[in-house]
Amino acid sequence: MQLPIFMDNHSTTPCDPRVVSEMLPYFTTRFGNAASRSHRFGWEAEEAVNYAREHIAKLIGAQSEKEIVFTSGATESDNLAIKGVAEFYAERGRHIITTVIEHKAVLDSCKRLEKDGFSVTYLGVGPDGRVNPDDVKNAITDKTILVSVMLANNEVGTIQPLEEIGKITRARGVLFHCDAVQGIGKTEFDVQKMNVDLASVTAHKMYGPKGVGALYVRRSKPRVRLVAQMDGGGHERGNRSGTLNVPGIVGFGKAAEIMTAEWRTESERICGLRERLRSRVQNALDEVHVNGSLQWRLAGNLNLSFSFVEGEGLMMAIKDVAVSSGSACTSASLEPSYVLRALGVGDELAHSSIRFGLGRFNTQEEVDYVADLVISKVNKLRALSPLYEMYKEGIDLKTVSWVAH
Amino acid sequence: MAYSDKVVEHAENPRNVGTLDKNDPTVGTGLVGAPACGDVMRLQIKVGDGGIIEDAKFKTFGCGSAIASSSLATEWLKGKNLDDAGKIRNVDIVEELNLPPVKVHCSVLAEDAIKSAIEDYRRKQAQKQLP
Repeated sequence: MQLPIFMDNHSTTPCDPRVVSEMLPYFTTRFGNAASRSHRFGWEAEEAVNYAREHIAKLIGAQSEKEIVFTSGATESDNLAIKGVAEFYAERGRHIITTVIEHKAVLDSCKRLEKDGFSVTYLGVGPDGRVNPDDVKNAITDKTILVSVMLANNEVGTIQPLEEIGKITRARGVLFHCDAVQGIGKTEFDVQKMNVDLASVTAHKMYGPKGVGALYVRRSKPRVRLVAQMDGGGHERGNRSGTLNVPGIVGFGKAAEIMTAEWRTESERICGLRERLRSRVQNALDEVHVNGSLQWRLAGNLNLSFSFVEGEGLMMAIKDVAVSSGSACTSASLEPSYVLRALGVGDELAHSSIRFGLGRFNTQEEVDYVADLVISKVNKLRALSPLYEMYKEGIDLKTVSWVAH
Repeated sequence: MAYSDKVVEHAENPRNVGTLDKNDPTVGTGLVGAPACGDVMRLQIKVGDGGIIEDAKFKTFGCGSAIASSSLATEWLKGKNLDDAGKIRNVDIVEELNLPPVKVHCSVLAEDAIKSAIEDYRRKQAQKQLP
């Protein structure tokens, strides 16, 4: 076992060696521009790109590879989907529905549209981290053009009821966008079954390279139209200008091919590791809380709050393990996680949260090492915590009048 | 964010962790911060006959920089008289630990904890002198 251990697979994932070897020739010998129609170099690149398109389409259940638009990543895909739809359908209506726990790429695209005169409804979630489909139904008006709900949340890993939401949006003739970044290849996702009209995906969260993503844009029933957000050579059927990142796309395609073949067995194995980590930690320590639903959750996600211990302090104590925290101290804004807040997790527990993200390359040996390390460091930090001492003395911390600064 | 060596050293080997009897009239206790803000410091001093701080203890809920700031504060407090102890400024802590701007509030909290502990001790002494 090698240190440091990477257990932050929601932030990014390492490239699978199978992906890298597939990519390599496209840097050197097969370096052509996929838009070059006049010679073999271009044809070769275009063929490789289309092969990747097919694998990505297959992974998400798209009917045609023509529905895949390559981008620089999921942030661009989210921007293109939301702003592109808003601009095209503005005459039909100027209302969009999304949730408070979306990624910033979705939330900030919506905020930008609000400045341009659109109205946006931000739906809350329950303590389990899930949106209630009835809330979507009730929020739709005759001015609603788009509903955007993520597949799985990046912090707490909760999986949203997309199938139910898709039925509602389809019945009301409203377009349905899904930021599928975190859940793709980790849980069931099928644009046909779920009536998803646009879906954002990215390669680097599924063991592919950084800097390449895609937007699924439905071509029939209904045919979705977009206003391109990048002007230029009219690539990707006019949806996204710019020379294609051929090696990246080839890697993305290979990553998708592997996911399609392996995701079910892989998720089962990773879920086993996650439960091993959770039960070891929770059996050894009191006052450890799981944030979000355990049932509707990505296999690799474990978001825990260790009461009376501050998240960044704990991360520093386990510095040979790469994880992340919802603590304010880790963010530039000094605000604790807006996702945990939306779940109704109190600020003190948000400050005490750690997100473990398990992935393809984590081993049982690593999980056991991390569990033991976390247990010993939480005990050490609790011995250092005035709050744990007060809790043990039976003082209700909520009744203390704190001198905030 | 990378931590300075001194912060890491204090956070891994915190000095003077513990609890003094808060009902002891020679002990002053300062409890500052709030759990909802992500840091709480409790700093205690025990003052000897000559007005010299003979012992200092702390417990902190917070990030590595908060733990290091309070650990350093207890080191500095020991052996000082109350007036000198009251002159410790947060900027001294920032300088000693090389705290980045985003962590300056940890040093402010440590200064507040020192002042609050001294105040608590002085209040107890004043009460003792009442008939």
